[in-house]
Amino acid sequence: MDFSFVPLAFGQLLSPLTIGYALAALGLAVHFGFTGLLNFGQAGFMAVGGYAFAITTTEFGWPLWASILATVLGSVLFALLLGIPTLRLRADYLSIVTIAAAEIVRYTVKTPAISSFTGGSDGINGSSITFDKLDPLPDITYGFGVLRFTNDDLWIAIVGWIVVILAAFLVRQLMRSPWGRIVKGIREDEDAVRSLGKNVTWYKMQSLILGGVLGGLATVIVIIPTSLQPDNYGTQTTFFLYTIVLLGGATTVFGPIIGSIIFWFVLSITDGLLTLLVANHLIPLTSIQQGPIRFILVGIALMLLVIFRPQGIFGNKREAHFSV
Amino acid sequence: MSDATIPATQLQVGEPGPGVPKVDPILIADGVRRSFGGMTAVDVAHVEIPRGKITALIGPNGAGKTTFFNLLTGFDRPDSGTWSLDGESLSHVPAYRVARKGMVRTFQLTKALSLLSVMENMRLGATGQGGERFGAALFTPLWRKREADITAQAEELLARFKLDAKKDDYAASLSGGQRKLLEMARALMSKPRLVMLDEPMAGVNPALTQSLLGHVLDLKNDGTTVLFVEHDMHMVQTIADWVIVMAEGKIVAEGYPSVVMQDQAVIDAYLGAHHDTDLGSLTGQLEVAKDLGDSFLVEELTDEIGEENTDAK
Repeated sequence: MDFSFVPLAFGQLLSPLTIGYALAALGLAVHFGFTGLLNFGQAGFMAVGGYAFAITTTEFGWPLWASILATVLGSVLFALLLGIPTLRLRADYLSIVTIAAAEIVRYTVKTPAISSFTGGSDGINGSSITFDKLDPLPDITYGFGVLRFTNDDLWIAIVGWIVVILAAFLVRQLMRSPWGRIVKGIREDEDAVRSLGKNVTWYKMQSLILGGVLGGLATVIVIIPTSLQPDNYGTQTTFFLYTIVLLGGATTVFGPIIGSIIFWFVLSITDGLLTLLVANHLIPLTSIQQGPIRFILVGIALMLLVIFRPQGIFGNKREAHFSV
Repeated sequence: MSDATIPATQLQVGEPGPGVPKVDPILIADGVRRSFGGMTAVDVAHVEIPRGKITALIGPNGAGKTTFFNLLTGFDRPDSGTWSLDGESLSHVPAYRVARKGMVRTFQLTKALSLLSVMENMRLGATGQGGERFGAALFTPLWRKREADITAQAEELLARFKLDAKKDDYAASLSGGQRKLLEMARALMSKPRLVMLDEPMAGVNPALTQSLLGHVLDLKNDGTTVLFVEHDMHMVQTIADWVIVMAEGKIVAEGYPSVVMQDQAVIDAYLGAHHDTDLGSLTGQLEVAKDLGDSFLVEELTDEIGEENTDAK
């Protein structure tokens, strides 16, 4: 039997998906865990940020810093667009608008009429062009056994993790400050916070922008070593992010990051395990059924988490704010 | 009750009555109307709240007291009307700015933030915190000093409200009465000019009632104006300097508590004729039955009282 899937699962630690989802999940934790904003369109923020980066890099030939600036601005604009009409209203309006807006973004970029810009359903390749020029690592293959990384793979993984750690410290600092006190108050009862003289709508907007920018930057990390595919930013992505956030602990800073590592590790190892079992006819499944089974397991895991451990792995039970 | 409770210096100009002008008003409201569908919830032609005093707003359920509170504090928008605090207009000002201008409220259903610690609840009440701005929040040295100041202020207030032992606990662990106290203490963090308490006594056990009354009186002694909505007549009679009676959205009576509470019209219409009657006792029930003209019930109760009296002998 081939057990190479075990080291491959550990290799997920350096995969761009793990790093990118960690950052996007951190953004979602800012929204949902700390501010109580029910954002069901984090995938939309990711798509907007990703397209801003990919288009400015490949179509316009902008330098790296300018493309990153475009990503940040794109996410901020998207947050303003969604936030201005909905943040004054009850929490549910934001979730309806965000879930719809994320789908609108995905369908828009797939429109053939603008495919010369967005690549239509094929997405955009080659976003790494400006980033890889800065790669200082010698051009050899790194790793051992089945785990092999090119110098460019390793370069984005290193930079990606640095960005995630910096973002985590930024969020941690904010949440320990008077600013964080206000958003945590808002998550529970915004009228109470309003009655104490705080401009609640503005703080919700700031939180939406911060989490959205983290989501936008996350896609940059994901697409540099891979490519930008519009269908990777459907509602499924948002629910993966919710699973990650709830797994690690929605009201913690490092929970979403550890959650992302665990999530991708488990997905990878169950895939390997199922492949092994199916190939050796140890379970009555075909290889076609094997793919969906993993996601059924993700769904069950999400339900069990919310029921039995709503605070996640690292969260404080007394701070978990939904009751089930 | 005697006229001794009427202060030597009058609060009002002229005879007490609905909308009477005050010698030194802090809050003046004019023509405040709010209707829900076809029903007019609030229709206040003119009212003035005396500065540095405790004013009670009373009236039957559905009189529009809480709606009036919500309108004045910016939590609801009126169809028409203007009002001002110390001459500064507050109409169409959002709730958070009303609070910043020194008019802070509490809620009928307590809004202690149970997922934050008692101390964090208190700190949240303080104004002028640089660290509440996104940029400044990132650099602790920019707000450390202010944080220490408000922590000291909060500790002082918590000690006064006897919550200091609980300061590091989550507010979720407090009892209903303690939450009321915390909400009041938190409102005081901003050193308001006018405190508006919406049913401060609701759900508070008798042991805490006395200390709550004491805290409200302390506020007055510190020079803060208090306006409160209450159904507890004991509280109104004990601490209020002035009483405003609302019914069906309008102000129907105003005056010193000792006078207003004796006003037969107010008693009948808004307090109920038997507001002082102990319905737990047979004699109390008899009194009500007589008024209702229920001869059968009167007979039965008389018999029962007679039996009790013979038993007692």
